[in-house]
Amino acid sequence: MNELAITVIGRDRPGIVADVAEVLARLGANLTDSTMTRLRGHFAMTLICVGPAAAEVEAALAPLAADGQLLATVRAVTPDGELAPGGEPYVMAVHGADRLGIVAAMTRVLADAGGNVTDLSTRLTGTLYVVVAEVDLPPGTADALAGRLAETAAELGVGVSLRPADPDLL
Amino acid sequence: MTGDANAPDADGYAGLGDWTPDTLAVPGEVRRVVAAPHPVLSRPGGEVDPTSAETVRLAADLIATMRVSPGCVGLAAPQVGVGAQVFAVDVTGHPKAVTVHGTFVLCNARVVEATRWKPGREGCMSVPDLTGDVKRASRLVVEGVLPGSGAPVRLVTDGFEARALQHEIDHCAGLLFLDRVAGAHAVYQRKVYL
Repeated sequence: MNELAITVIGRDRPGIVADVAEVLARLGANLTDSTMTRLRGHFAMTLICVGPAAAEVEAALAPLAADGQLLATVRAVTPDGELAPGGEPYVMAVHGADRLGIVAAMTRVLADAGGNVTDLSTRLTGTLYVVVAEVDLPPGTADALAGRLAETAAELGVGVSLRPADPDLL
Repeated sequence: MTGDANAPDADGYAGLGDWTPDTLAVPGEVRRVVAAPHPVLSRPGGEVDPTSAETVRLAADLIATMRVSPGCVGLAAPQVGVGAQVFAVDVTGHPKAVTVHGTFVLCNARVVEATRWKPGREGCMSVPDLTGDVKRASRLVVEGVLPGSGAPVRLVTDGFEARALQHEIDHCAGLLFLDRVAGAHAVYQRKVYL
């Protein structure tokens, strides 16, 4: 079996998930982890599947993309190797007036500190831009990182907070 | 419990006593509410003199503005463009409220005890298009002073009123609920019902 990374994105309409999932099920491709969400007027699916060869899946998805409204990509990926050591989970929130480069600058600060973004979403509403990122940090680095994030945020004219992710298990 | 809940304790703190918005004795005017990314919302507000005419007028204006805003259960000075530690709260009649202290305004308030943290969905007049999941203490003790008299107050509350107080105290510290959301998928576009 092959591990496949699949992306589908296109103008939102009812039935995109059903259409794509049906194709995958028919091929015996088992959908494992995925995110599927609407971003403005577009629907975006990012999924990992275990199933047949990439070319076979790509060919089966091609009819869905035939009208030019959906773009689908399939590529074989190597299954999970050794997992990186888990850091300390934190949540970074950034908000302020929209401008170019907020995500680039803030995530560069995270990366330079060895932080690994595990989940990130952004929202633009009016002129307000909001970034919320979940990030694993090397142990003991959060305080120094918070200072560097604040400096970069000040240069961008935005606000930033870095807080431990909620560790509660229910 | 013994004694009068409104009598000052050893530190001089008491409940709201007979304070009502009428105590301010000035008519409130409705002020314009500012929205993020207005910088006043991201700056810590300054401490105020609770007895000054300016603070009393601000308190009355916060109540007036809160009352004309549908669904508004609290309003802080930075939301009307004033970087000051003053806010109004009124959760009267809210279905999620347990303890309710009615309409009140606190100045220079701070959280002194916060326990029983619970997640909940919050919105904000200054972030009109988004809501977010935020963990807040559901048992809360807050100390502050009343506008006008400057009398020290200690409020013990819970549930939705506790959440509203923490949200407003955050405003006075230059924080929005967006600074406390639980994770990357804890911010939501507010649904628009036409």
